[in-house]
Amino acid sequence: MSAATTSQHKGSVNYLNCDYSLKSWLTTLDHKRIGLLYLIAILIFFLIGGSMALMIRYELLTPEGDFLMSDTYNKTFTMHGVALIFFFLIPSIPAVLGNFLLPLMLGAKDVAFPRLNLLSWYVFMAGATLGTIALVAGGVDTGWTFYTPLSSTFAHGAVVLAVSAAFVAGFSSIMTGVNFIVTIHMMRAPGLTWSRLPLFVWAHYATSLIQVLGTPVIAITLFLVGVERAIGIGIFDPKLGGDPVLFQHLFWFYSHPAVYIMILPGMGVISEVIACFARRRIFGYDFVAYSSLAIAVLGFFVWGHHMFVSGQSMYAGMVFSVITFLVAIPSAVKIFNWTATLYKGSIHLTAPMLFALSFMGLFTIGGLTGLFLASMAVDIHLHDTYFVVAHFHYVMVGGQIIAFLAGLHFWWPKMTGRMYPEGLGKLSALVTFIGFNLTFMPQFILGYMGMPRRYHSYPEEWQVLHVLSSAGASVLAAGFLLTIGYLIWSLWYGEKASANPWGAKGLEWQVPSPPPTENFEGKPIVKEEAYHYSPELHEEEKEYEHV
Amino acid sequence: MSEAHVSDTHLPVAHQFEDEEQQFQSYSLGMWVFLAQELLFFGGLFTAFIVYRHMYFDAFVAAHHKLDWKLGGLNTLILLTSSLTMALGVRTAILNNYKATIGWLLATCALAFGFMGVKYVEYSSKIAHNLWPAGDFVFKQEGIDAGGAQIFYGLYFTMTGLHGLHVLVGILIMGWLVFRIYFKRKEVVDYIPIELTGLYWHFVDLVWIFLFPLLYLIG
Ligand SMILES: [Cu+2]
Repeated sequence: MSAATTSQHKGSVNYLNCDYSLKSWLTTLDHKRIGLLYLIAILIFFLIGGSMALMIRYELLTPEGDFLMSDTYNKTFTMHGVALIFFFLIPSIPAVLGNFLLPLMLGAKDVAFPRLNLLSWYVFMAGATLGTIALVAGGVDTGWTFYTPLSSTFAHGAVVLAVSAAFVAGFSSIMTGVNFIVTIHMMRAPGLTWSRLPLFVWAHYATSLIQVLGTPVIAITLFLVGVERAIGIGIFDPKLGGDPVLFQHLFWFYSHPAVYIMILPGMGVISEVIACFARRRIFGYDFVAYSSLAIAVLGFFVWGHHMFVSGQSMYAGMVFSVITFLVAIPSAVKIFNWTATLYKGSIHLTAPMLFALSFMGLFTIGGLTGLFLASMAVDIHLHDTYFVVAHFHYVMVGGQIIAFLAGLHFWWPKMTGRMYPEGLGKLSALVTFIGFNLTFMPQFILGYMGMPRRYHSYPEEWQVLHVLSSAGASVLAAGFLLTIGYLIWSLWYGEKASANPWGAKGLEWQVPSPPPTENFEGKPIVKEEAYHYSPELHEEEKEYEHV
Repeated sequence: MSEAHVSDTHLPVAHQFEDEEQQFQSYSLGMWVFLAQELLFFGGLFTAFIVYRHMYFDAFVAAHHKLDWKLGGLNTLILLTSSLTMALGVRTAILNNYKATIGWLLATCALAFGFMGVKYVEYSSKIAHNLWPAGDFVFKQEGIDAGGAQIFYGLYFTMTGLHGLHVLVGILIMGWLVFRIYFKRKEVVDYIPIELTGLYWHFVDLVWIFLFPLLYLIG
């Protein structure tokens, strides 16, 4: 892509140094600053949820439940899930990288509704505050799924606060979705047709559709749970003949698509990184673009695969099983096309690329094990075991968090104007890959052998596998802490970044690093398709200077 | 969310947009996407209602006979009229006849208050007859499952309550619009916020058009 503006702004005013006051940050309408506000907020919840994961793994070192008593253990894994799903994974890529990049990639000055964008952050913070209060005021022991009647009647602790927290955070997610849909429809630069959009934008469009159409359903469902518990209006109450399975239907109608809110943006990141470091246009661009939409649409019709053993009819189960197999196709289309992009590409193994390759491996394992669980007969054995836990983490951590790290490294120079230390970046990609597999590979075996999720004690013969998993968790934690450490370090001591340190295509690389508040000087005009790379040319021109 | 749109009106074209056309289309698309979200929000409740109606058909029929369809019908009439006054408000705003716009918006507000008044009468009589599902709910009828009836009233109060909340939000937005048109007329140069509020109001009306027969009429 080419833009009319390519001038360099070294040392001049940008979105970071234009105003240093706290007030200017808290009242900013700049999508780039709002992205950073989100980054800080979700980092806090990553650390909270992550430390709970470590506590869980520490407990599971020994077969006896001795470090965390059952009640505390229940609260720990619940808050681990709530913090990381509702307050980290869902906003991670869309609210941070999406906010920062969408207007830049579209050649726009900002998102369509900057005030709504800022409001979404405040709403998110309100939800986050409620969640923190719930944690301090006794915690919740229902699991992040809030199943009734446990949550509405029997559970101890601050259930109402916790569901309110998720409810409020949900509206922040809806606001982001509305904003992105309108931004992508209305704010594209002249010449930037739908078929020229970066795949990151397509992925976010599909994500936003799910955010807008799925989130309100969980909002009303959690609202009903809250009302039942706080006021006593029993919609799901079995005493009245209420149907807990109806809760599960409504819950998973959102929460399965929510998994795609948590993975589609990651797929968008991977497309950008792979195209750049293979120096090739993404193979089968159209297929990759439409597969995002296919995932979003099909994803709304598979929720019943969480309820094969919940008393749902066998025939419903069969339909849900078949559709679940279908939704694997567009995901596989992406993996195949990325692999084909690498073929005969001019591959540069930078840190973002290593993370992207790590994603491809881990997501493939996560996706394929999902098919085990989608087969009804196999699921009856594996349901609610560590096999599910491992599958889910392969997609959520191995998929989304690794993709988030790939994106964070890739656009870090653009966001901060500084390079991260490349050697440490590669080390981090390696350490997280090893730590991750060591943590979760044994859990597949544990689950296959029958270890149920959500228990703090287990028979002695499984200790070896649990110790392996806990050891992996500490390696993984070390990898994450290392990354957080050098990224923060680089803010002050990192090498200054040029406008386009990777020699990447895309409008965001044609503005200075960090970009000025108004993004573009004048109006960019797009004259070519996305990823117009040619490997040989770039090697000669030495436009690719880093590493 | 509509407030966020409305608050941009004192600038003819906000900084992120190129021209009025882009701004107008963005705002209306945003409103439609927001309404799609609203549809799914109520959709969860409608699903629950249909499932339970199927499970406890007799109890639901018996319970709905205790609702006053005349009051419900009156409220339907009130909301339909308010949709008309709202449409006229939008029309006059496009024609730049701000005095008429204020009049129609106030008429819509008055009708909305009327709707809430009727709701108040209905709610009090239900609570007086021990039909508040969270209190001492009493429903005795030969061969009827009282639990099913209690779920019916749980859904009745939740659905009409959330709908009433939307009516209240509509009143607030309209009041704010009237305030801005009256005091800051020179700054309010376009009709977009009024048109967007109109869309919202028609949606609130539409939800009621589905709620009324579902709760009050079908047996
Ligand atoms: Cu699922």
